[in-house]
Amino acid sequence: MEGGSLVSELFIERLNYCIYVILLLIGLWAMLAKRNLVKKLIGMSIFQTAIILFYVSIAVKKDATIPIYLAEHDPHGSHAKVATEENATENQVAYNPVELKPETVKGYANPLPHVLMLTAIVVGVATLGLALALTQRIYQGYGTIEEDELLDKLDRADERASQSPIIKEKRNAQRRKSTQRAKAKAAAGSVTKSNMAAKPSAVTKGKKKAQPKKSPSKTSATKAKPKPKS
Amino acid sequence: MENAIAWIFIFPLFGSVFVALSRYVNIKLAYPISVLSMAGALWAGVETLQQAMASPNHEISYLLGGWTLDLYPRGVGIEFRADLLASMIALIVLGVGLLVTVYSKIHVEKETPNKEAIYYSLMLLQITGLAGICLTGDAFNLYVLIEVAALTGYGLIAMGSNRAAAATYNYLILGTIGASLYLLGVGYLYIKTGTLNMVGIREVIEANGLADSATMQVAFVLIGVGILIKMAFFPFHAWLPNAYCNAPTTTSCLLAPLVTKVMIYVMIRMVLSVFGVEFSFESTIWVSCMPWLVVIAIVCAAFLALSQREIKRMLAYLIVAEVGYMVGGVWIYNYYGLIGSIFHIISDACMTLCLFLGAGIILHKCKTTHFDGLRGLFSRMPLTMIGFFIGGFSIIGLPPTCGFFSKWYLITGGMVSGRWEYMVVLMFSTMVMVVLFFRLIERIHLAVDESGKDLGKGHGDLGLTKEQTRFDEAPLVMLVPLLVSAATVLIIGVYNQDVVNQIETFLQAYDLPKGVEYK
Repeated sequence: MEGGSLVSELFIERLNYCIYVILLLIGLWAMLAKRNLVKKLIGMSIFQTAIILFYVSIAVKKDATIPIYLAEHDPHGSHAKVATEENATENQVAYNPVELKPETVKGYANPLPHVLMLTAIVVGVATLGLALALTQRIYQGYGTIEEDELLDKLDRADERASQSPIIKEKRNAQRRKSTQRAKAKAAAGSVTKSNMAAKPSAVTKGKKKAQPKKSPSKTSATKAKPKPKS
Repeated sequence: MENAIAWIFIFPLFGSVFVALSRYVNIKLAYPISVLSMAGALWAGVETLQQAMASPNHEISYLLGGWTLDLYPRGVGIEFRADLLASMIALIVLGVGLLVTVYSKIHVEKETPNKEAIYYSLMLLQITGLAGICLTGDAFNLYVLIEVAALTGYGLIAMGSNRAAAATYNYLILGTIGASLYLLGVGYLYIKTGTLNMVGIREVIEANGLADSATMQVAFVLIGVGILIKMAFFPFHAWLPNAYCNAPTTTSCLLAPLVTKVMIYVMIRMVLSVFGVEFSFESTIWVSCMPWLVVIAIVCAAFLALSQREIKRMLAYLIVAEVGYMVGGVWIYNYYGLIGSIFHIISDACMTLCLFLGAGIILHKCKTTHFDGLRGLFSRMPLTMIGFFIGGFSIIGLPPTCGFFSKWYLITGGMVSGRWEYMVVLMFSTMVMVVLFFRLIERIHLAVDESGKDLGKGHGDLGLTKEQTRFDEAPLVMLVPLLVSAATVLIIGVYNQDVVNQIETFLQAYDLPKGVEYK
């Protein structure tokens, strides 16, 4: 392609490679920028497929055949005539292993990249399967596969997990005390006043119930504790 | 034993199959089988190292299936090559693997009940993958083994809580990007050299003068960035802390000392054995920019570690900082820096193991690893705490421990090559480590808050009642691995010259600048 323009060099001669780069970038973008966990995995698949395309492209050869099957060794094939020209004793050699000579190798495509990609496909399938299983567990655990919602929930869970045990214990003790106080009030109130007495405790309980809805992680553990004791 | 190098893989690989099948017979068999197969693998590892030391050119080449290396370049067989570096790192991998397997009994029963068989099976496969990364001599096989180690690692981490599954997802996405970039780089190498054998690649590069080729530069960048992502180098570290903190205890004990270090080994292998010293250091701009990235990485990781209030999370950020040390040791392009870097892989694996085992015991006994829950631990578990502190002292770099000697070589390398920024940042990070660990020591020994207030009063299980300070040591099955790893830290420190001699023998084959002669 002497004197070929940039367009022909890039898009006609090396079309495969252009497509591989575009696919690679699409995949990378989807993995990093998409906010949906499943879409990220689709991106991952595209990313890996792009690499497979790259490897297969480097093994492309015009008019080449697979290296296992030698056409000239097939007595019934259409190339039987060619075979007889090259080897007189065709039938004897037909099923013996053949040492490849440079002039015969020319007709073969390099099998190695394809073989490598078989392995890479297996690895890719394993990765994808594992990732889908993980996504399912995330959905079971957090009820969402949107990254924004998930991150919110994870932040809250982390905050709760990294809380100092002293502060945790203090807060638990306070909770226990306040619920005990509320219970004592409710018990002290007479039957007629029970509605009135129940009201403030209902308010405090409502508060406690409202809190978990906003941040279930913070209080759900502590809420569960006092109840069985009471 | 001629086939020792093959036994390294046969033991854990077939062990994992038997362990996985043991759940149909008796699930109690899983633990002894995995310990036995790890012990066998460790024996094979020792044997391999001895063979490598004894052989005339200090390396063993082993071909599975009777293939040959006769055809140019380096034939068609898939080679296992154990030179001194590879066999040393593989030995560390197997040693850590054995200790963690022994240690894991109680944790695994408690944290993943009824899944012991699967857990141990994954663990053995993980160790197989990591040992394979060290010993393989084939660039594509390296990719497959990286993925074997990574996939089992994802499984091991995700066996924890739901939070662990979410952390694993991030790890998986980033890990896949890293490994895929590596694979792409190998493709470019293959285009240019026509071989996948590591030594073959270097021979072709040197014979054909490919150092100026743009393809080689692309391959170098792709492989380099891929490995940097996998080793959690600072800007790419985001997956590491969450994954290691939320993983089951044993998983973090196994992965934290090994995965990042093995990836640094891969980087050294790529730089020295595949691309060659001349190409890596002279034809690329990495030498001029990497030390500065390392400076940023170490400073940021040190500050992040300083801001943590939980032992496990703090240790995770420490690993990120340590990765910075070792990467820096390679890229300051100096003989002593590389000695330090390789020595630091070995010592860091031991001391990180020590710390994570200690943290695991603390979690087992106290149900928390938060700083506020540590008070009075020394009187409860003196032996555990001594082991833990030896690991900590080694991270700081106090003399009898191996951390001191590896840091010594790293700093020497920085000084000899005139990379003052690297030296300064090492000193700075040492200060930060001192603060980190002495803060822990204070918490563990003293019964007071930072403000001097006694928080223990009237809060039952947090106060230092007699009940709480009573001698209550960890079970032997956990304590022994911790003490063995602590002893290893000290022994490697005391016998550091022997280790360094082996590293020097390995580095003799490479033409590295020594600067002023130092000794």
